[in-house]
Parts: sequence; structure tokens; C-alpha cells
Amino acid sequence: MRIRNILAVAALAVSLPAASFAAGAEGHVTDVSFSFEGPLGTFDQHQLQRGLQVYNEVCSACHGMKFVSFRSLGENTGPGYDPDQVNAIAALYEVADDSDGALPGDTRTAKASDKFPANTSLGAPDLSLMAKARAGFHGPNGTGLSQMVNGIGGPEYIYSLLTGYTGEEQSLAGATLYGNHTFPGGWISMAAPLSADIVEYADGTPATVDQMAKDVSAFLMWTAEPKLADRKGAGARNFLFVALLAVLLYLTNKKLWAGVKKRKKAA
Amino acid sequence: MAGIPHEPYEPNSGFEKWLHSRLPIGGMIYDTLMIPTPKNLNWMWIWGIILTVCLVIQIVTGIVLVMHYTPHTSLAFASVEHIMRDVNGGWLIRYVHMNGASLFFIAVYFHIFRGLYYGSYKAPREITWIIGVLIYLAMMATAFMGYVLPWGQMSFWGATVITNLFSALPLVGEPIVNWLWGGFAVDNPTLNRFFSLHYLLPFVIVGLVAVHIWAFHSTGNNNPTGVEVRRGSIEEAKKDTVPFWPYYVIKDLFALAVILLVFVVLVFYMPNWLGHPDNYIEANALSTPAHIVPEWYFLPFYAILRAITFDIWFIDSKLGGVLAMFGSIAVLLFAPWLDTSKVRSGRYRPKFKIWFWIFVLNFFVLMWCGGQPAEGMIPTISLIGTIYWFGYFLVILPVLGLVETPKPIPATIEEDFDRIVAAKYAKSGDAAATPAE
Repeated sequence: MRIRNILAVAALAVSLPAASFAAGAEGHVTDVSFSFEGPLGTFDQHQLQRGLQVYNEVCSACHGMKFVSFRSLGENTGPGYDPDQVNAIAALYEVADDSDGALPGDTRTAKASDKFPANTSLGAPDLSLMAKARAGFHGPNGTGLSQMVNGIGGPEYIYSLLTGYTGEEQSLAGATLYGNHTFPGGWISMAAPLSADIVEYADGTPATVDQMAKDVSAFLMWTAEPKLADRKGAGARNFLFVALLAVLLYLTNKKLWAGVKKRKKAA
Repeated sequence: MAGIPHEPYEPNSGFEKWLHSRLPIGGMIYDTLMIPTPKNLNWMWIWGIILTVCLVIQIVTGIVLVMHYTPHTSLAFASVEHIMRDVNGGWLIRYVHMNGASLFFIAVYFHIFRGLYYGSYKAPREITWIIGVLIYLAMMATAFMGYVLPWGQMSFWGATVITNLFSALPLVGEPIVNWLWGGFAVDNPTLNRFFSLHYLLPFVIVGLVAVHIWAFHSTGNNNPTGVEVRRGSIEEAKKDTVPFWPYYVIKDLFALAVILLVFVVLVFYMPNWLGHPDNYIEANALSTPAHIVPEWYFLPFYAILRAITFDIWFIDSKLGGVLAMFGSIAVLLFAPWLDTSKVRSGRYRPKFKIWFWIFVLNFFVLMWCGGQPAEGMIPTISLIGTIYWFGYFLVILPVLGLVETPKPIPATIEEDFDRIVAAKYAKSGDAAATPAE
């Protein structure tokens, strides 16, 4: 069983779409360059803060984010707000009142220890994990190997969807559907949520649709994978450690077997 | 331990002697670690250790995950997110467990194909092989049920599709499916029993692995020549073997470190590559994903399942597919008796080599088909692949042994090892001819 043969077959296997999950009518996804791509990429804290602002002022009208806690907004590898800011952001939201004597349906102002409220009023999907629940990239040949550098393309999918409105509308069974290049099937029930200057960025960045779409996509990548920076950092340490171990074991193995091979040669 | 003659265990210290006369555990450990192992084993003999390590990794990470996981349809998905976000190091443990399953299957496929190429399944190692197939089956059951636990869309719909297969059985099909589900659909009772069995089966695998190792420690390892170790005397056996400790322990540890490097890249830099995005959407019985695709390691058998698109006499296409899928694993059990060749190792069988590599390629083609929507040419290619899969075991292996003229095989393992060493010295030139140090 030669290594050469194994490699040949493996190469052939990789060139086939080994695990292609390509759905039938998937739309166009633009490849955006994000700061968190690649083995060393991490989140851009300013971008996360802008993205949060877009979420607070636009997305949260219809969407919820029930797995994300307000306190996590204070994480250094995330938006990195200080505790007062976290409390202020939490205070923007109302959550179910769980105190003694509260009646079902009662609400109270959210605290840092709460999570972003769920929002199912219009049937909009929860956004906590959206960036991992959509794949923009499957290549090459459906192997997904490009994910090594680009990630799975979830944020790119969200960006493309937000900027991919064609401007067309159609009425279907009483519901209005909006034309979109990215949404599977081409028609989405969400109206274009972003328009220029719909938010006024605290840091003065011009709020173009393109900018807001990028910022909120990056923010949703963070909500989906808040430990991304920890993971990559730990990855580098683990890789170096195991690589060193492999070198030492290689040398040990070589020295160990040299005796057996020499004995053979002398015999 | 029966088998290859080697020096027996001698308890040295007073404590060892005291213990040995009461519980001969020292001798058992000694016999296991010092087992004479063919000295010519190549790098395809590392996968056993890799698999053992995989099993330990999965059990250890699994036990920790269970401390934080909640097996309830309304809480399971949230508890996994709790692990990913709030548990210290939880994301790492969960990603290792998730990708550990893939590493486990990569290793087991190398291990199985190694056995098929070098004839490791042939007498006297049939029991080792059969136990191995049972381990593989238990692995598949464990992996399938484990994938259901996060209660994502693919968990739910994968469970629905696969358990529904049993409904293809005549008469008893429907009751069996309801019995598996614990109701009339995949729901909380299903999740609970899958959780229970997912925790149980790995320990069944541990038991099977012990018997697997016991069996081949009695017959001795196969090796790339397929020639048996000489057993006339200890001296003779020593010419063909080295003790497992330290020679193969160190070699295997080195191989393990290299494999772990690949695993580190997978876990830390592309942890969701082998998963499916739909599984980050909570299970919803009212919304079916566009394509329900099993994990990559099941794809070849999923392709075989879908390859049967026609009725055969009284067997409808659904039952036909189910029978073909289970049959494709069951046929492995008979390989020891279907292969008629007197030569064990594929290295000395020129015609066999060709059919073997087509078999490997066919496995990948089936894997590709399993991941595609069953449209266009896919069912036809799957059917051809399925026919080759069965043809390889039921026709090619029996016939080849009768019609093939094998190449001459070395008389001893020693001879093969000397050839390898000589070739190495010849390649490295004169420098190596003068002993180092």
C-alpha cells in the first residue's frame, strides 16, 4: 500500500465534491474580506460596536437573539464595552419579568445578566447563530476547503442578502415578497431593511448600506462564534506544541530503530 | 498469552512477586506491552493506536459534555449553546468531540482498507476481523445517535429519515419504527433513548476493542508481507520481531503526533467544515431542510441506500435500498471466506491490486454520490458503485484467488526487513555505511 497510491486516491477524492451540500437554487454570495478571516484574523472591535448599533436600531424590531447575553458584550475579544455601557445597552430592551408576583406577560428592563430577548412576533428567525447557519462558500468543487481561509461564508451570505435586493416586489397569497439575488428562490418576505443613514454611527463612520451590511454581518459572526479569537489563539499554541512533540518523537523513534537496523546490517 | 514464543514475565521486586502470586496483572501488562511484533510493519499499521486514542478522547470529552447537556427537546439546543458560550473551555470540548467523530472515521477507514489490502482478514485472523466489523457497526450507531443530540435541523431530520428506513420491513416495519421512536414521530422519548444509548455504546466498543486486541495478540499481527512470524523457538521469533514496547509505542506516538497536528488544524481553524450549517438551526418538525444529508462518513452507504430505485420482484425499491445498505456492511463479515487466494498480502498479487484500488476509488465515488441530490446521473452512478461494491466481495475476491498467479513471496519477515534496510542504505549512499557516533 504505497503512500503514492494513497495520496493519488486522496487527491482524486478531494477533487470530487466529497461533501457537497449545495442546495438547488442557491443565490449569489459576494466574497467580502472580513478582519476575522484566516488563521490569525480577529474581530474589529469598532466594527462589532457599529454592527451592534445596527442590530439595536434596525434588526431587533423583528428579530431576536435569544442565545446572546448582554454581559458577553463586555468580552475583550468581542465588542469590549465597559460594565456601565453594557448596562446601558441592556436597558434598551424589555424582557419577561421573572420576579415574585409578576404576572405572565409582565416585562421589566433587561440587566447585564439577561440575554437579548427572543422576538417571534413576525416569524423572523433568531439571529444568534445565523452566521453559522448559512454557508456562502462550498468550494472548490463543493469540498469547502476554501473555508480554511475564508470561513464558511455565513457573514458573506448575510452581507449579500442585505445588499442583494433587486427592487422588485410581488404579491403572493396576500403576502408581499421582495426580489433578492441571494435568498434561495429569489424572493424573500423581509423588505430591504437598510437604507442610507438609517442609523447615525456613534463613531462618525458614514452609514452607507454597504457599510452597515458589513458591520452587522461581522457582528452576527461574533454572536454566532464569540470564542473565535480564543479558538485561533489556542490553535496557534496547540499547533506549535504538538509540532515540537512530533519532532522530538521523530528523533526518538529514529534513534531507537537505528539499533535494530544496524544490527541487521552487521548480521 | 498464546502465540509467538517470547520470554516470560519474571517478577523482580518483592512487591511484584507478592502481587504476582495473588493477581498476575503484572504478567498480563508485560505480555501485552512486550508482545513480539513483526519488525517490518509500515505506516499503515499506526491506525489501531490512533483509533484507541480517538475512543478515549470521545469518551473523556463526552463525559464532560454530559455534565452540561440537557436531553430535552426544548432545552437540548440551548444547552449546547450554553456549552459553547458559558462553560469554561466548553467550545473546545464540544469542537473536539464533534471533530473527534470525524477523525475516528478517517482512521477507521484507513484501518479497514489496510486490512483489505494486506489480507489481514484471512485465516487465522477471521475473529479479529469480525469483531472489527462489529466495532465499526457500533461506531456508526453511536455517531448517528450522537449527531441527533444537539437537536438541530439536520439532527432531527437525519433521525427521521434513518429511523424511517425500518418501516420498509414488511409487516413488522411500522411497529418497529414506533417502538424506536417511543411514539409516532421523532420526539422527546426518541431524544432521551438516543442519549442513553449514545452514552452506553462507547463502553460496548471498549469491550469489543479489548476482544479485538486479545484476538490478534493470540494470532500475532499481520504484516505487509502476510508471511507469519517463525515460531520454532524464541531465537527464531526474535529474528522476525521486535517487542511492542518501546519500538512500536514510540513509532505510533510519533504518528499520533502528526495526526494530531492535522486534528488541531481541523478543531481550531475549521471546526464547522465537516458539519452542516443547518444544524445551527434548532429542530423544527414543521420545516424540512431542502436537502437532508448525513455526515460525510455515512455518505457511501447513503448512496447505496438511494441506488435501488426499482422494485425487484416482491421487494419494493425502499426495502431493496435498505437491504443493499445493510448488506454492504454485512458482506464484509464474509470476506475471510470469500477470498480464495492462498497469498495473504496484496503486495504479491498484481491483479488484485488493480481491483483493490478501483474498490477504494469506488468508495469515494459513492461518497460523492451520497452528498448529491438524487437527480440526473447520480442514481445510475450510485447503482454502478453499489454493483461494484458487492461484485468485489462476491465475485472478484473468489475468482481472483483461482485465476491469479501471485509473485514470489519472501520466505521470512527478516528477509523483507533486510531488504527494506538495504534499500534505505543504498539510497542514502556511503555516508550511512560508516556507523554514526
